[in-house]
Amino acid sequence: MTETQAPAEEVTTARRTLLEARDLHVEFASRGRRARAVDGVNLAVGEGEIVALVGESGCGKTTLARTLLGLEKPTSGTVRYGGEPLRYASRALKDYRRQVQLVLQDPMGSLNPRQTVYEAVAEGPRIHGLPDEADVVNNALARAGLRPPERFLLRYPHELSGGQRQRVVIAGALALDPKVLIADEPVASLDASVRGEILALMLRLRDELGLSALVVTHDLGLAWNIADRVAVMYLGRIVESGPVEQVLTAPRHPYTQALLSVLPESPERVVLTGEPPDPTRIPGGCRFHARCQVLASGKAAEAGVDARCRGELLEILPASAGAQAACYYADATG
Amino acid sequence: MSLLELDDVSVTYRIAEGEVPAVRGVSLTLGSGAALGVAGESGSGKSTLAMALLRLLPRDARVTGRILLDGEDVLTMKWGRLRAVRWAQASIVFQGAQHGLNPVHRIGDQIAEPLLVHNLAKPGEAGKRVAELLEQVGLPAWRARSYPHELSGGQRQRVMIAMALACSPRLIIADEPTTALDVMVQAQVLTLIKELVAEHDISLVMISHDLSVLADVCDRLAVMYAGRVVEQGPSREVFHDPRHPYSQALAAAFPTVGDPASRLAPKGLGGDPPDPMDLPTGCSFHPRCPVALEECPTLDVELWPAGDRRAAACVHVRDHGRDRVQEKA
Repeated sequence: MTETQAPAEEVTTARRTLLEARDLHVEFASRGRRARAVDGVNLAVGEGEIVALVGESGCGKTTLARTLLGLEKPTSGTVRYGGEPLRYASRALKDYRRQVQLVLQDPMGSLNPRQTVYEAVAEGPRIHGLPDEADVVNNALARAGLRPPERFLLRYPHELSGGQRQRVVIAGALALDPKVLIADEPVASLDASVRGEILALMLRLRDELGLSALVVTHDLGLAWNIADRVAVMYLGRIVESGPVEQVLTAPRHPYTQALLSVLPESPERVVLTGEPPDPTRIPGGCRFHARCQVLASGKAAEAGVDARCRGELLEILPASAGAQAACYYADATG
Repeated sequence: MSLLELDDVSVTYRIAEGEVPAVRGVSLTLGSGAALGVAGESGSGKSTLAMALLRLLPRDARVTGRILLDGEDVLTMKWGRLRAVRWAQASIVFQGAQHGLNPVHRIGDQIAEPLLVHNLAKPGEAGKRVAELLEQVGLPAWRARSYPHELSGGQRQRVMIAMALACSPRLIIADEPTTALDVMVQAQVLTLIKELVAEHDISLVMISHDLSVLADVCDRLAVMYAGRVVEQGPSREVFHDPRHPYSQALAAAFPTVGDPASRLAPKGLGGDPPDPMDLPTGCSFHPRCPVALEECPTLDVELWPAGDRRAAACVHVRDHGRDRVQEKA
């Protein structure tokens, strides 16, 4: 096998890591049980890189994003930024949040209806005591594509369209001149025609300002539209990750294959039955085995891995830039 | 005969600031057992149109034109007749399943309610029918005893569909039935809707902003913009080869994963949907249109033929629509 190892050049194309989760676990108490919302995740976001974190509701993707922002404390493992572990003292967190900013879905919910656009965008700079507040606000609005900014300063959220509101939310994040945006479903509540414009804005911010982004979404089309890398999460773990072209056109994990197969236009559908299982009862063996179509079809047994699928815990995938899948069958069949 | 026929339907809301024309002269037909998709963005009038079909609009809405359901005009029906038609002939599945169910009643009782109201089951027998309906939508019968909060989003949407099926209607109107649902659950619900329509010979009007979902489920598509139908035709053709520039933008908004043309190139449309109280002159789409001509701001657009059973309200279709069809033939 050694002669087929990846050439060294592939490793050097990886960007310098900016934000990183290392063996991250986040647990909650849920109705008297422990919910392992994030159950061992390694993930890295490089400088100027856009990473899509894809999964269904309940898979832990939002908890992972909140933990990366320092809004949740991990039960074990670390969040690292610029090579340093995140410190949770309030002053350290405040500094951290200038660097790593959150963009929420549903701009109507994340904007205060009684605040003007100016007030909404100026809030961050004010908390952080930035000088020249008016310039900062004008600049942020212009970068978010609200031009000329003066036209928008005194408007209220209800006077704006959905796309404009989402731009205001993004401007609020940009006002602090961050290095990383963490966006949770940034276009899920927007109209179809506006969606592309907001995604194009995120690409432009990366190209012009070198911004990195972690985009949390259930939308594989979004990942195809803007992300460099994609990580697919299932029940607290990343089950497959790698460059978007590779993972989304030649998926190796049965879960990723199923997610792609239910997109409209796909030739053969694999509609998984049931809904994502409960993070308070994570199955043994491969956590996907109870819903796995490859195991159910007997193909895993043919490859001689079915016993491992049912009984043997998988290793946690490393935060590598290359394509990888946590699946015994994919490993056995290459 | 067509099951549903809309003839020049307009809906105008009268509010303090004046009149808001939400739907402006829409004509559509739907055959028995067929599925029609209505696409558009918020403010396009698509949900207003859906509500108008069963006269579910608030009082400040004025509806004109004719809405023929099985040959009978919904707009002139007596109140009692309308009540009989709702649920029994046509029922509606709303978006956001969490708000459509009463949180303090067991779901079995909620599914049984239309059956009892319409005297389609006696109180003692309703339970059996409820169990059948739950099974049809892929839920176990014991779920009848659950409360809405004990169900997931996808399960609640299945309950909504079971309610809509309860009185064996001939038409189901589904307004964004899968918005807010995860991809896998969305696929489950769409598969269910397709099966029900095929097996029970039910007609379907499905409303969504996602053209790819509509193309998947429906035979025909109508794309609405600013209260008007701007394009209609067989759904695959409208989705894969849209003729109106607005339909083109909608179709491009949801990329096909694997298509190199959309890789790192999200496609959107500049500008915003128009304010219905201040509609642009001529073709309402001209301020956002990438291929607008000098005449568009003053042009009276209508649905011009754009091929076999296709039409689009664009000057380019008027001028070249037939040529393109001939080229392909």
